[in-house]
Amino acid sequence: MPNRIPESANMRWKTVREPRLIFEKSSPGQIGANLPKADTPEVDLAATLGDLRDGVEWPEVSELEVMRHFVNLSHINYGIETGFYPLGSCTMKYNPRINEVTAGLSGFRNIHPLMPEDTVQGALEVICGVKEYLMEITGFYEITQQPVAGAHGEMTCLMLIKAFHAANGEGDKRTVVLIPDSAHGTNPASAARCGYDVKSIPTDAEGNTDLVALEAALDDTVAAFMVTNPSTLGLFEPNIERVCELVHAVGGQVFCDGANMNAMVGTTRPGDHGFDCMHLNLHKTFSTPHGGGGPGCGAIGLQEHLAKFMPAPVVTRGEFEVFLDYDRPDSIGRVSSFYGQFLMAVRALTYLMAYGKEGLPNISRYAVLNANYVKARLADVLPAAHDRPCMHECVLTASKYKKLGVRALDISKRLIDHGFHPPTNYFPLIVPEAMMIEPTETESKETLDRFCDAMIAICKEAEEDPDALHNAPATQIVGRLDEARAVKFLDVKYKKESEEPVSV
Amino acid sequence: MNVPADLKYTKSHEWVKIEGDVATIGITDHAQSELGDVVFVDLPEAGRAVALDETFGTVESVKTVSDLYAPLAGEVMEVNGDLATDSELVNSDPYAGGWMVKIKMSDPGQADALMSADAYSASLDD
Repeated sequence: MPNRIPESANMRWKTVREPRLIFEKSSPGQIGANLPKADTPEVDLAATLGDLRDGVEWPEVSELEVMRHFVNLSHINYGIETGFYPLGSCTMKYNPRINEVTAGLSGFRNIHPLMPEDTVQGALEVICGVKEYLMEITGFYEITQQPVAGAHGEMTCLMLIKAFHAANGEGDKRTVVLIPDSAHGTNPASAARCGYDVKSIPTDAEGNTDLVALEAALDDTVAAFMVTNPSTLGLFEPNIERVCELVHAVGGQVFCDGANMNAMVGTTRPGDHGFDCMHLNLHKTFSTPHGGGGPGCGAIGLQEHLAKFMPAPVVTRGEFEVFLDYDRPDSIGRVSSFYGQFLMAVRALTYLMAYGKEGLPNISRYAVLNANYVKARLADVLPAAHDRPCMHECVLTASKYKKLGVRALDISKRLIDHGFHPPTNYFPLIVPEAMMIEPTETESKETLDRFCDAMIAICKEAEEDPDALHNAPATQIVGRLDEARAVKFLDVKYKKESEEPVSV
Repeated sequence: MNVPADLKYTKSHEWVKIEGDVATIGITDHAQSELGDVVFVDLPEAGRAVALDETFGTVESVKTVSDLYAPLAGEVMEVNGDLATDSELVNSDPYAGGWMVKIKMSDPGQADALMSADAYSASLDD
């Protein structure tokens, strides 16, 4: 029986009711290109090269059919420009269009990274401008924009820490990286990739780093502590200065995972908390495209004692011009080609200058306000995992619906029927039935209210008609997907119905 | 939640069945329910020595990847090859068809430190 559609649903009927693959639209003889008659002698390709297309069945479609196919596919997309996207730990804020206007300016778009420095002073000024803004916002001594993703920035920070310990003759001794049990999975992955052994540090009942466990784990084998602040629980670590002191006391370094920087912009500075280095996601916090629209920029900030190891070249402001400093004998070397993703610097600078020094604190203030508003409005139906003010995101638990057979995933899938992207589910791992909601500062109270109304309606439905949630989504071109089957029998190649599907 | 009385349990949600000096190990009904549909189980080779609390494998579900911790020290005698193709056995039959490894215990006394079914059930209610 088809699911009934929620009355309050913000329904958007899809243009594409029954999507077909372009192969299924193929009709023999249809052609999408009109080639002019050749004025040179014709060569029999099959005779010279063999039949390259043997066994390959291309769809035969007209240009118009191709156009309709892909435009219709684009209508099935969901993004920040179609609706609210409260995916936790992802900072899906709106990226203003003016970013695209500046990134599209010919002077930025049509230059080459090998042009002489004195011919691209404007571009170097942009990179240097972003660097100076970020130094002031984070309180760090230096910034590099070379890493092209958040995890890439994490790994680069660990490489700097490794180089630092090696230069002090402690490279062989310091083999352990400590990571809280609430961390993003990329933290242990980056540490392992850099050759470190990972030890997990528990979180205490208030949601903070367990200081007793941390002290017990600290000794002179510790290379670094990787801590996310605010944590993935959406909570500011009140003992952060103490944490940094403890790690420094045994000679370790402290890395800040900056995924949650949106909670701090213009309000407080990680460089002042005692961190030795951190990564930033320009594609989250500083409004460059995110998620399929990339490329990303995982800029990193670092203190003076790590500066000589940073990736070369370092974009440096001289007396009369900005130049690329390659004279860095202790550098870990490049971590990406040229200077990172240059056009992301153009977008980030546009964003930073549009806000200006006076406006930037409003980013974190409204991000924190919005998350606390959602947390308060949903408190009765989905209580917070920790009952204290949250930062830019709130982590709620749906565990009370488990006895009704309703899981966090079911609530999220039903949310799709109300026209919203689901929040992050089942992360952080230490919260049962976690739903992690990050509204960002760019959403209005009206949007947050519509979202909260939908969540409250779904939780009511969970008690009255749990199957409606189990069968959700009901309004999309496909229903509930079998995620296990999709992982185990990944099927990405078109085969005619008569043939067996290909699994890999 | 199904917690068979004749098995021993760990805080990290493994179950252990002791027969002589051989321990059969899997994950509990509660663990499979929390993980969701299991899509991949990574198990050690037979013959590998494992220490107490050492990570001996991983379980990947649609939600997350979890480590498996050795509740006892010893040598891996046999692993459940069926899980390579039928990982859903961990969900559908966690205490029988979904078993993971058999370990020949090097210190059977370690089994005394494991939880009883009653103690494990009580820990789930907390």
